[in-house]
Amino acid sequence: MSETPPTQPEPTGPRIGADEWVARSDERAETRGGISGRVRAWYERVPKPAVFAVAVAAGALVPLLTAQTENDIYFLRVGTVALVFALLALGLNVAVGFAGLLDLGYIAYYGIGAYGYAMLSSDKFGLHWEAWLVIPLVVAVSALVGLLLALPSRRLVGDYLAIVTLFFGQIFYIIATQGYRVSFLGLNKDLGLDRANWDLTGGPNGIANVDRLGAFGLTASSERAYFYITLVAVVLVFAVLTLANRSRTGRAWRALHDDPLAAQAMSVPVNWLKLLAVGLGAAVAALAGTINAALLQGAFPDDYNTQVLIIIYAMVVLGGAGSLAGAVLGAVLVSVFMLEGLRPQTPIGDLTGNGRWVFYGAILLVLVTTIRPWRRLAAILGGIAAFGVVVHAIVAATTERGTDGLLNTAPDTFEEGGPLGWLIRQWLALPGGTYEVGSRTWFNVALVGLIALVLCMTLVKGWMRDALIIPAVWLAGFVWETRLVLEASGPTRLLLLGVILVVVMVARPQGILGRPRVEIV
Amino acid sequence: MTAPLLELRGVNKAFGGLQCILDLDFEVGENEIVSVIGPNGAGKTTLFNLVTGIYAPDSGDIRLDGESIVGLAPHKITNRGVARTFQTLRLFLNMSVKENVMAATYGGTRASLAESILRLPRARREERESRELAEQKLSFFGQRLMGYRWNQPAYSLSYANRRRLEIARATATNPRILLLDEPAAGMNPVETHEITELISQLREEGGYTILVIEHDMHVVEGISDRVIALDHGVKIAEGTYEQVATNTRVVEAYLGTAATERK
Repeated sequence: MSETPPTQPEPTGPRIGADEWVARSDERAETRGGISGRVRAWYERVPKPAVFAVAVAAGALVPLLTAQTENDIYFLRVGTVALVFALLALGLNVAVGFAGLLDLGYIAYYGIGAYGYAMLSSDKFGLHWEAWLVIPLVVAVSALVGLLLALPSRRLVGDYLAIVTLFFGQIFYIIATQGYRVSFLGLNKDLGLDRANWDLTGGPNGIANVDRLGAFGLTASSERAYFYITLVAVVLVFAVLTLANRSRTGRAWRALHDDPLAAQAMSVPVNWLKLLAVGLGAAVAALAGTINAALLQGAFPDDYNTQVLIIIYAMVVLGGAGSLAGAVLGAVLVSVFMLEGLRPQTPIGDLTGNGRWVFYGAILLVLVTTIRPWRRLAAILGGIAAFGVVVHAIVAATTERGTDGLLNTAPDTFEEGGPLGWLIRQWLALPGGTYEVGSRTWFNVALVGLIALVLCMTLVKGWMRDALIIPAVWLAGFVWETRLVLEASGPTRLLLLGVILVVVMVARPQGILGRPRVEIV
Repeated sequence: MTAPLLELRGVNKAFGGLQCILDLDFEVGENEIVSVIGPNGAGKTTLFNLVTGIYAPDSGDIRLDGESIVGLAPHKITNRGVARTFQTLRLFLNMSVKENVMAATYGGTRASLAESILRLPRARREERESRELAEQKLSFFGQRLMGYRWNQPAYSLSYANRRRLEIARATATNPRILLLDEPAAGMNPVETHEITELISQLREEGGYTILVIEHDMHVVEGISDRVIALDHGVKIAEGTYEQVATNTRVVEAYLGTAATERK
């Protein structure tokens, strides 16, 4: 008997490789309803290079809105600083977003860029090299340092890598602050050298009188020039990183991010790719450092400490790790609204009410984005308004001067605060003499009470939490107007940055433009 | 006779006091399909980890085409022609289906980061070739991993499709020998049958030599030229499926001694 031919499978039964689900994919084309869905579908049809071009053009038009007045120069400076942060966030995104390495030594490369530029083109050592020479040199050295520092830690992952790299970042800060008395093993005198120790970094005072960016006889000295130089740097770095991300190297970084062991088994040399990611990030950070040193005409150690690193991390995380557009957006949002917007005292007088808008805007934004459905949101917002009005009425009826408090818009002037100020006065009960010395203690107690209230909120659920939101928001406004708005710098802004970051991360863990990641299925 | 493609000689591996692989010798010839069977904990996956360089053997030699690969980094072993799948699926979950396969072409491409950024001819050509290779490898599974699935993230795939994608990804490294770690685990009978045919097809169309760990005896019976049985890191039987399946020690290893005594 000859071999029987293989039996034909049943026409209705399953066949190898036949897949109804795939065959009918068009019928199930996913659509999102509502206006947001339509806007999203429309946006996805627009080619990405066009979006990029529009964003760059919009950025390039910003300086045209300004003139050479003091106020406008301040605006422009805010823009340039935001762009420097955008560069930093883009660079950090390589190691953190692409390759998934928690690199806490990143700030050192920013510092190397700034100090490198400051040493090579300032009066410090009498060197005044031009930017076309210094920038490539400093960037290359920083990339090399990145590779070298990544070498001993290449086998480390996660928390261990973070600790080791944090140590590198701290070493840079210590070298920068202590580098004003460097000697050769303390033997300079014995070796017959001309002085007991050398001053390399200027120590805590840093290096001042750094040259402006200059090349071939041209020197960039105007605020606009720095804005455009930084913008060009951001655009170039963005393009380079986009192309890198699409290349085989970018794919290998993402593979390494997802599963280093599998990546290795699929012919990816993971250790080399880790070094490459840190090195490329270090080069970008150094570029940002050189621009920053030329912009500030100096390099000062406190611009390159861990606090700045955390802010850059906040930008990347807020924008969405792994997304380059997200890194830029995060940098601009944090830099403009948090670092500058919440500054109670700006070089120009008429904008000191900024912080108030940012503060109440952030609270409103957080409530609107996190509370669903809208009925619950409406109830809570209504509750907040009603609560304030009732408290205001009670205090006004029972206490003398209980609601006579004025709004403070700048440390030395007391003004109405505009329509927002009027609203706040009707809502909060600000006692008379709010800003008199000696009345602070009670406001400090209110701040502690607010913190306790927020902590309580995390312990309860359901309607009790909703109910607690109402006094918490009112108390937050009270503490802001009576106490935090007065703080000249620092803690308030960082405190708020932290709070906003926590809330955004709860509402959208992948960041504004990030894609949600799946670790285990 | 030419040298076997893969050859293990006196390989030992212990984790502390636990001897996982004890004095193991075996070889896999060119274009052969060899199954490794054995109860859980017999050392099958450890064997794969040794061959792919994830672990280094304590002693002994592992040769690929006559050359020792002991001590090489895993990616270098893969470049020499050893590719594997994982028992506990290890896909790049957040990358698209096609990117998963393209990522495995890293070792077969040369363009540096600078070339890629400047989009020089070599980088563009390699990128196009990688894409075509990935599409070709994915088309091996019929429609299952085709069309719109190319751009879906790997985490959205069903379990069986993830197993298929792992095989596609492994073949994209252009291996000579393919190490499949329980390719039919967790699949239903129809899919298991499909996998059995796929493995034969992989040899015929891809020309791969295949070493496969499998628990499903129907699959083992259907595909194997030769079967190796391991127990506690020791090779207890080797031969055709019939020889190994009826071997007393193999039956004992799976079912315990009482089962044979009762006969």
